[in-house]
Amino acid sequence: MKSVRRRLVGTTLGFGALAAAAVLLAPLVGSTRISLRAAFDWSRPFADNPDAQIFFIARLPRTLAGASVGALLAAAGAVFQGLLRNPLATPFTLGVSAGAALGAMLAITFHWSFQALGLSAVPAAAFAGSLLAVAIVYALAQARHRGLSTTVLLLAGVTLNAFLSALILFVQYFANFADTYRTLRWLMGDLDISSYEPLLAALPLGLASMAVFAWLARPLNLLAVGPDSAESRGLNVTAAQRAAFLSASLATGAAVSIGGPIGFVGIIIPHLVRLIVGPDHRLVLPAAALFGAAFLVGCDVLARTLIAPIELPVGVITALVGGPFFLWLLIRRR
Amino acid sequence: MAADQKALKATGRARPGGCGARTPSFGVWRTAIAVILLLVPHAAPVIRASAPSRVISLVPAATEMLFAIGAGPQVVGVGSYDNYPPETARLPRVGALLDPDIERILSLRPDLAIIYDTQTDLARQLQRAGIATFDYHHAGIADVTETLRRLGFRTGHTSEAERVASTVENGLARIRTAVAGLPRPKTLLVFGRERLALRGIYASGGVGFLDDMLSIAGGENVFADVKQQSVQASTETVIARQPEAIVEIHSADAPLGHEAIQEEIRTWSILASVPAVRTGRIYYLVDDRLVIPGPRIAEGTRLIAAVLHPGAVK
Repeated sequence: MKSVRRRLVGTTLGFGALAAAAVLLAPLVGSTRISLRAAFDWSRPFADNPDAQIFFIARLPRTLAGASVGALLAAAGAVFQGLLRNPLATPFTLGVSAGAALGAMLAITFHWSFQALGLSAVPAAAFAGSLLAVAIVYALAQARHRGLSTTVLLLAGVTLNAFLSALILFVQYFANFADTYRTLRWLMGDLDISSYEPLLAALPLGLASMAVFAWLARPLNLLAVGPDSAESRGLNVTAAQRAAFLSASLATGAAVSIGGPIGFVGIIIPHLVRLIVGPDHRLVLPAAALFGAAFLVGCDVLARTLIAPIELPVGVITALVGGPFFLWLLIRRR
Repeated sequence: MAADQKALKATGRARPGGCGARTPSFGVWRTAIAVILLLVPHAAPVIRASAPSRVISLVPAATEMLFAIGAGPQVVGVGSYDNYPPETARLPRVGALLDPDIERILSLRPDLAIIYDTQTDLARQLQRAGIATFDYHHAGIADVTETLRRLGFRTGHTSEAERVASTVENGLARIRTAVAGLPRPKTLLVFGRERLALRGIYASGGVGFLDDMLSIAGGENVFADVKQQSVQASTETVIARQPEAIVEIHSADAPLGHEAIQEEIRTWSILASVPAVRTGRIYYLVDDRLVIPGPRIAEGTRLIAAVLHPGAVK
């Protein structure tokens, strides 16, 4: 027990330093050069100071968005992999992203225009869509069993994913070309939020899920051995599974409402972290959250600087960087 | 090609012999006829002399052009998004860029199909069905008048097309003259953005008809150096490029009320360090003439000029 605590401190400090470095350094670079001295020159009014505006409106919210989305997706991925006891599970396996994509697509295609909870129509609709998907999968997994069947959960999620994707293609038929393109672009992820409101809107949900994740570490360790043995060791398996499913789904929904369904973070980071700290969820969860934050912030820096002034979709970078890196780590370990 | 050369060589050899050298001459003719027979089926649609009587167009701009040059009565089918002129409303829809409805197209028995030059599969299918195609391609504003003239030639309306093309050119020239010598504001020309948020901003890059329109209307594109038709403008690039004017152009299929437009304009106010925001030179224009590179392009250009140079252009 003591050694776990010591390792937890070490892990948190190590990955925390990485995340902190990423968040501190990322706003310093961008598609243009700014003068930091000018950006932090408080004697100039903010409205007349382009350097300060680039730093505080363009870069800082974007970096924080990358950190939050990366942390939420990576931790949610670790929880889903533990809950479903399936190494291929991702935050998007159970239909959350497809529900969000359908919401976003409807908002884009039918030019919805409103603001809810500080969110504009597209992220708000995406969040609503993800909630709907979560509710459907949850209801299906509850229906036939008194507890929560992870098999039904997985099958229902995969089927819902396919069904919602078909629905997306159906709606796309009513969209004009420009809107179809914008939806496609949304699916590749974009962290350029240009204000703090989307972050503030997602904050309560993000923090609440993170708190549940902290509690979930021990139950997930027990579940890893098998539900029956977990039950015999005094764990309320159904309650733990419910908590895991709902918290990870809501965390994913919050993340997708900020930055769109950015792929690879949720599957690669938990595995990467496990290769470094081992399978204990008490270490995996904080490490995944911190490393996910650092990873996505880094990927976004590449996305906005590689071919500036043109931007690359951040989802393309996560896949291009994450895929080979993961394979290399797998091979090296063998 | 080889057969052509062989035929030429054989002709050269046969000539000195005159009509007397009958056997080689017959062989020459046989070769020549064979060559012609081989070529004719492929060449036929291109050299068809009579004007097509049943035309379909998948391209909104080309559809507008057909009606403008008087080829409207020949049009029997239009693309999914074609809504101008109003006559298009009663015509069958045959799909668009991504989803051409080949069955519908064939059932309309067209003798000319105007399609995008990137629709190579469709072109092949139509050619197999013996339907002539006209490849539509747009890049700059000069292509608009060129396409008008080519369409006129192809549909048998050469003189009307010439007249319409000149009207467009004269209209553009008048705008150029009106804004000549005036200061050219650095302008961000936005053609797509999320509602009520500065996200997913798409702006005109330094090539294409939008860039040409802006330039003729007396504005300097802030993305002139980006040699693409569209640029996804990040918040950072918008602030860094310091546009003196922001012109948003949107198609009229989702019209906004005055209040909604004011609210969309206010969305920019967070970027207070941008000169256009400080001076209030943000314009939100909703009009199809701005986004369809057709015969009304000069009118669209005039709308941009009117907001950039209200004193010189009305």
